[in-house]
Amino acid sequence: MRPDDRHYLPSHEWVKTDGDTVVFGITDFAVEELSHGNEDDLVYCDLPEPGRKLTQGETFGEIESVKAVADLNSPVAGEVVEINKTIEDHLQVLAKDPWDKGWLIRVKPDNTSMSHLLDAEGYEASVGEADE
Amino acid sequence: MRHTPLHNEHQPLGGKMVEFGGWRMPVQYGPILEEVRCVRKRVGLFDLSHMGRFNLTGPDAVAFVDRVASCYCARIPIGSIRYGLLCRPTGNPIDDILVYRSEDEVFLVVNAGNADADREWLLAHADGFEVTLEDQTDDLAMIALQGPLSEESLARVTEDLDLSQLGYYKFARGTVCGCPNVRVSRTGYTGEDGFEIYLPTDQAIGAWRSLLEAGQASGMAPIGLGARDTLRLEAGMPLYGHEIDAEHNPIEAGLKFGVSFHEEKGDWIGRAPLEALHAAPSRALVGLVTDGKRVPRQGYALFDGEGSVGTICSGAVSPTVGKNIATAYLPLHLAQTGQVVDMDLRGKRQACTVVDLPFYSRKRS
Repeated sequence: MRPDDRHYLPSHEWVKTDGDTVVFGITDFAVEELSHGNEDDLVYCDLPEPGRKLTQGETFGEIESVKAVADLNSPVAGEVVEINKTIEDHLQVLAKDPWDKGWLIRVKPDNTSMSHLLDAEGYEASVGEADE
Repeated sequence: MRHTPLHNEHQPLGGKMVEFGGWRMPVQYGPILEEVRCVRKRVGLFDLSHMGRFNLTGPDAVAFVDRVASCYCARIPIGSIRYGLLCRPTGNPIDDILVYRSEDEVFLVVNAGNADADREWLLAHADGFEVTLEDQTDDLAMIALQGPLSEESLARVTEDLDLSQLGYYKFARGTVCGCPNVRVSRTGYTGEDGFEIYLPTDQAIGAWRSLLEAGQASGMAPIGLGARDTLRLEAGMPLYGHEIDAEHNPIEAGLKFGVSFHEEKGDWIGRAPLEALHAAPSRALVGLVTDGKRVPRQGYALFDGEGSVGTICSGAVSPTVGKNIATAYLPLHLAQTGQVVDMDLRGKRQACTVVDLPFYSRKRS
């Protein structure tokens, strides 16, 4: 079971509330899809500048592996307040720990509603078929 | 989806399986870049049993190949191999192939994804030729050893054949892993020294395991299609569906070495338009390198200022070159070493520099 302290998009992003901000990341499933379990196969992650306003569902960045590139989609609307600088040069951190140290960006959300997102159980179900 | 005879070997070795050309194949066993380095420095083992294999026999086998393929089959010495293409009447290829010439047969190796189309094309153009096509794809497993330590690895399990005497693009038969009369060719798709061997399907698993064991002392690892793609791109070798396809001809792709306009070869399908192109090409396939971290990928657009000038055919992270590399067609005036063009990376521009192909060529001993 994936962590149930956060919400998910079917496109494998997670969002976790942390005080009056939220943190975005991607799931272990997304990492596995991109890198096939090889952390060094992740080559690039493009994150937005702090201050950028994101709408719900908007592509805020891209992540790229040796063989694939994927959009990063915003689970909620808000303003980017911080990015995880470590990630851009050390993608292994994301590969090793997508749930905590591998967070991507911190956002001040326009509102706190998460009802449009999947909970952990819903996300499990959505990747269940693809998980084999 | 089709499975090779070695299908069940891959996952226990860590293989991640993907669909490729209608087959379920290992894309990688470990990190792709490590697999590339393994082949450049040591030796890698590849399951290539998805490749199509056709054996042509009959008195007109050679003449038939000279009608449908771009290379000059009648001039291939017995025991040698040549690269060629099966072309449409436009000159643009249906596939690219290897042609093995024996005394009494011609053996063709074709791309997995095109094998059905190739077979149909060949049969459709066989009228008037006394030739029989036998599809041996399911009867033979195909395994490659690639890398500088290929010869020492394969020699440990080979009898009745002196591999050191087998020249590049030559083939012979010998006993490999106890299996007699195995076709062994000094060929490959990586730019390294290496061998491709063809043995009966029921011997495949035993041979695969013996080869891995024999290669242990040489640092051999199994290598997936991901690294194979990077290796062939570094070596400047085309891949159907990328550098060549129904819209891209072999001349502008730089494959003239596989195209014969020899008078005695006679007319062959696609000859006239390719001769015209050879006299007056309008674009050329070039190599590109970029200093950016982002990986060039097929379909990315190229710009010279505001004008669109081409698209990426193939791209990869190249551990051998130490940069990201790509191929693309550019108009001749831009297809010059040192020319800088911009690549559109999903909305962002990245400068790329034209370099000579191949990106990498091994030092021949």
